[in-house]
Amino acid sequence: MKAVNKPIRKKDAMALVTGKPVYTDDIAPKDCLIVKVLRSPYANAMIEEINTTIAQKVPGIECILTWQDTPNTRFTMAGQSYPEPSPYDHKILDKHLRCVGDPVAIVAGVDEKSVDRALSIIKVNYQVLEPLLDFTKAKDHAILVHPESDWKALCPVGADNQRNLCASGEFVSGDVEAQLKMCAHVIEQTYHTKQNSQAMMESFCTYTHLDVYGRLNIVSSTQVPFHVRRILANALDIPKAQIRVIKPRIGGGFGAKQSVVSEVFPALVTMKTKKPAKMIFTRTESFTNGSPRHEMQIKVRIGADKNGIIKAIHMYTLSNAGAYGEHGPTTVGLTGHKAMSLYAGAEAYRFEYDVVYTNTMGGGAYRGYGATQGIFALESAVNELAAKLKMDPVKLRELNMTAQGQIMKTYYGEVSNSNALDRCLKKAKQMIDWDNKYPCKELENGKIRAVGMALAMQGSGISNVDVGSVEIKLNDDGFYTLMIGASDMGTGCDTILAQMAAECLDCDVDNIVVHGVDTDQSPYDTGSYASSTTYITGMAVVKTCEKIREQIVRQGADMLNCAEDQVEFDGKQVICLQTQQTISLQQIGYQSVMGGGRCITASESHFSPVSPPPFMVGMVEIELDKQTGQVDVIDYVAVVDCGTVVNPNLARIQTEGGILQGIGMALMEDVQYDKKGRLLNRSFMQYKIPTRLDVGNIRVDFESSYEPTGPFGAKSIGEIVINTPAPAIANAIYHASGLYLRTLPMTAEKIAMGMLKHED
Amino acid sequence: MQIKLKLNGKLVQDEVAPDKILLDYLREKGCYSVKRGCDTANCGLCTVYLNQKPVLSCSVLAVQADGKEVTTLEGIQQEAEEFGAFLADQGAEQCGYCSPGLIMNVLAMKRELMNPTEQQIKAYLAGNLCRCTGYMGQMRAIQNYLRKEQTDESSQ
Repeated sequence: MKAVNKPIRKKDAMALVTGKPVYTDDIAPKDCLIVKVLRSPYANAMIEEINTTIAQKVPGIECILTWQDTPNTRFTMAGQSYPEPSPYDHKILDKHLRCVGDPVAIVAGVDEKSVDRALSIIKVNYQVLEPLLDFTKAKDHAILVHPESDWKALCPVGADNQRNLCASGEFVSGDVEAQLKMCAHVIEQTYHTKQNSQAMMESFCTYTHLDVYGRLNIVSSTQVPFHVRRILANALDIPKAQIRVIKPRIGGGFGAKQSVVSEVFPALVTMKTKKPAKMIFTRTESFTNGSPRHEMQIKVRIGADKNGIIKAIHMYTLSNAGAYGEHGPTTVGLTGHKAMSLYAGAEAYRFEYDVVYTNTMGGGAYRGYGATQGIFALESAVNELAAKLKMDPVKLRELNMTAQGQIMKTYYGEVSNSNALDRCLKKAKQMIDWDNKYPCKELENGKIRAVGMALAMQGSGISNVDVGSVEIKLNDDGFYTLMIGASDMGTGCDTILAQMAAECLDCDVDNIVVHGVDTDQSPYDTGSYASSTTYITGMAVVKTCEKIREQIVRQGADMLNCAEDQVEFDGKQVICLQTQQTISLQQIGYQSVMGGGRCITASESHFSPVSPPPFMVGMVEIELDKQTGQVDVIDYVAVVDCGTVVNPNLARIQTEGGILQGIGMALMEDVQYDKKGRLLNRSFMQYKIPTRLDVGNIRVDFESSYEPTGPFGAKSIGEIVINTPAPAIANAIYHASGLYLRTLPMTAEKIAMGMLKHED
Repeated sequence: MQIKLKLNGKLVQDEVAPDKILLDYLREKGCYSVKRGCDTANCGLCTVYLNQKPVLSCSVLAVQADGKEVTTLEGIQQEAEEFGAFLADQGAEQCGYCSPGLIMNVLAMKRELMNPTEQQIKAYLAGNLCRCTGYMGQMRAIQNYLRKEQTDESSQ
């Protein structure tokens, strides 16, 4: 291959490293109104009275909007295909405030000072209600987070607002109880993962203006431009035809920007004032009112026979949706389906779940999307099972993990058609020198070195739902324009899709001009989430290239007076096989824009009935200080099977970055609330993300299988890479200390206190 | 208040509010490479040079730049491109939002430290957060860049 599997630079790299103004706030017009919101100080309250009269008089204030000024429609902010599984439980502004920071009023003015001044003098009388903060007590609690009658669920997700249920359901295959009874060893444990903030470096931000046709233009840092168009049409109660969404460069998303977060506020202001407006979230707002990973409590029961063959797995997930249900019903599904499917050979499975509303910040999508939480729980339980069996956890995996060709009952009956888990495990073991290091070694300074491991999987797009389309045009001079609807958020999809097009069209990657997302121009794409772009949109590129090749051949054959089946296109020219006469792509390009020529353009879309899982193995070596409980990650080895690697550099960086985010989640990242439901981790001072001092080495390698339904055999990589650190590090801590930590993050304090208790 | 400073080599004079943050002032002057990431002096995105020394422009008032030289990435495009190419060759710019601040600090480090060890590099750049890359690719880029600079110097 000439372009695919090559470590080429990202097309936008040099603009980014030279600091060019390419992000939302860089390109917002200078005369934008500044938009901010007044946020609720209470976790549960009703607005009794709101007086903006004095605030309106602050010089420079253009408009102040309260719940009385906003459309009465209820919608979901979740960036998902219609009909969204997430319940319609959100309003732009609501009289009922359901979490601290819920918006009370929108203020727009000519500068920050006037807006801040106005915000400080809006008078609000709140009827303060008792909040529901404990998600383990939320189901059927007397306090209802969404008592309103216009709440609705569009899909049958087991939601019931009168029971605080955002979703509930179960999956059963075989008789788990009967199997567990026969098992020689059963592990039954409960694991707890906390809310996590994506902490992308660019906060949520949007600017809006009316264009020359009077249409609402939205320039936003979003992963889902087409969903933003639909959601805003719903929220503002205007036709979709009146909205255009443009995605500039994005400073990271990780799922945070798969929800509408900042868009509604300036959009409403522009609709009311007809003036350009922008809303740039502060870092604090991004922490307190973003779209974090759902907090979950996962109970696992797993049984094996005396030889360590896993016979039954039972998982119950309780997920905290928070105040709103964005991504609540869907993330929870992955906790079971994308964890249990690592062990396809069991006789019986049972997976039950409840997603409950509480008066905490509403959750959202975060890389891994529930699989991360489920895999922490299940892989920890499997590691605990290994300990009970007195078996090397690697050996237990070798006996049980899903293999090539196996049917995964818990994964919608899909067959694992591309699976190199065995090679990943072997390679990882070698790389970290597992056999010499397992389980631990005491150092002379009293610290302990220990290793731990975990497997992981994810999907590649949402089967039968995600759609990617592209359009390719041949221009005069023989270069191509690739129009895509997928959102490059730093991940590099503009580049890897161009690599695929270049491979199909036998040309240089530089000969493909990529045009990013503008909903007026780009072909439809559900967006960049669910690890879908390489696999789904990539296949749309392959199909479109086949189509445009046919047109080039036809035009070339015409120009050579040759039959279509008698010519060949080699990327540079069309050759008549009989006469050996040629016509260059450049000439064909020129002809296509001349009288008598035909426009050469093709567009195809793709969806997939399957979502082939990428697989990986993560192995970690830690150093644990017995005195303080401090854990240092010395070495992390990740071996990934993402199918064919389209761009080795970008795949490696994705993996290294995902691993470090996972290490952050495992050891330090924690969203905490006080007794009144106020979020405590409001800055990088309190919400610690890893710095470069917090990690030793991360080493990445690939063991590729070939996925027959993917472009060039590719699957996905974006999300899976965050899934192994938490269970692998928990495993290493156990090997070092005999202590199994089941609540994240695994801080030094928890380890030290746990070890003291353990010794008693 | 009236301030006079040299911004990227050019003399500028402006009337600014006493509480104007240098970061905001610089963006108003069109230096969009200077990014806001946190407000709490934790992330390093807004790093600029004040009299050739790296500072966090979110924690400096515009009036403190009075009479001084301020340099942003816009003022050192050639060096940015030279080192940036090494980042790009690793794919280690990713979303790119933290790149300007990182590059400012890497170039300052190059001036300040002779043949820094990996640990010294990590310590010098500890205040430059990145959420995309896991820092490994950045380290490869920095070490390749420093190695090349050294070879270039010794061959001169």
